[in-house]
Amino acid sequence: MITTNLGDMVTAILLLIGTFFMFVGALGLLRMPDLFMRMSATAKAVTMGVSTLLIAVAVHFNELGLGTRALATIAFVFITTPIAAHMIGRAGYARQVKLWEGTIVDELRGRYDPETGELLSRPPVPAETAASEGTD
Amino acid sequence: MTLTTLAMYIVLPMLSIAVIFVLLRLIRGPKMPDRVVALDLMATVGMGGMAVYAIATEQAVFLDVATVLALISFLGTTAFAYYLQRRPE
Repeated sequence: MITTNLGDMVTAILLLIGTFFMFVGALGLLRMPDLFMRMSATAKAVTMGVSTLLIAVAVHFNELGLGTRALATIAFVFITTPIAAHMIGRAGYARQVKLWEGTIVDELRGRYDPETGELLSRPPVPAETAASEGTD
Repeated sequence: MTLTTLAMYIVLPMLSIAVIFVLLRLIRGPKMPDRVVALDLMATVGMGGMAVYAIATEQAVFLDVATVLALISFLGTTAFAYYLQRRPE
């Protein structure tokens, strides 16, 4: 026999939502074709999943101090996950990780010098590409 | 039996399968940055697992474990990213 009250129900629903997001993030890490798409799949989904699970903890225990700590952890995760993803992405691009062959836009193509690590504001590209690009 | 303990039968296996997926990527990952992303994600899934475990065992202390895991995984990922960027292959 399942006994239930409102807090319990909210906790269970939050747990299921958070776990779904974690699962989707891990699936994206496994199935996506290149590094940047993997990071794009995981960073967002898993941030959402972890914060939902932490809110579930706060709702379940129903204490002020615990809820504050859970919210502080959520704030920390929200701040640090994009920073970490950005740093890994930059390091990956600097290491010239191979992009997926179906990639359409690579805005740094031709502008990044892997020897010196310098970025150019204008790519040294042929004239017709530069003409179609320079209208913005 | 409450609804939360019933949800544990779904939540804990799904988190375990998620860790297995991440582990597969960690083993398979063609380059070093992929493995760093996998390690970071594994720490984050571990955080979620700690939060779930706090509810499963009614021990609020596990929330602090999750916080510390978040701090350490961010430090580790940042250090790995610096290392990857500095090393010219």
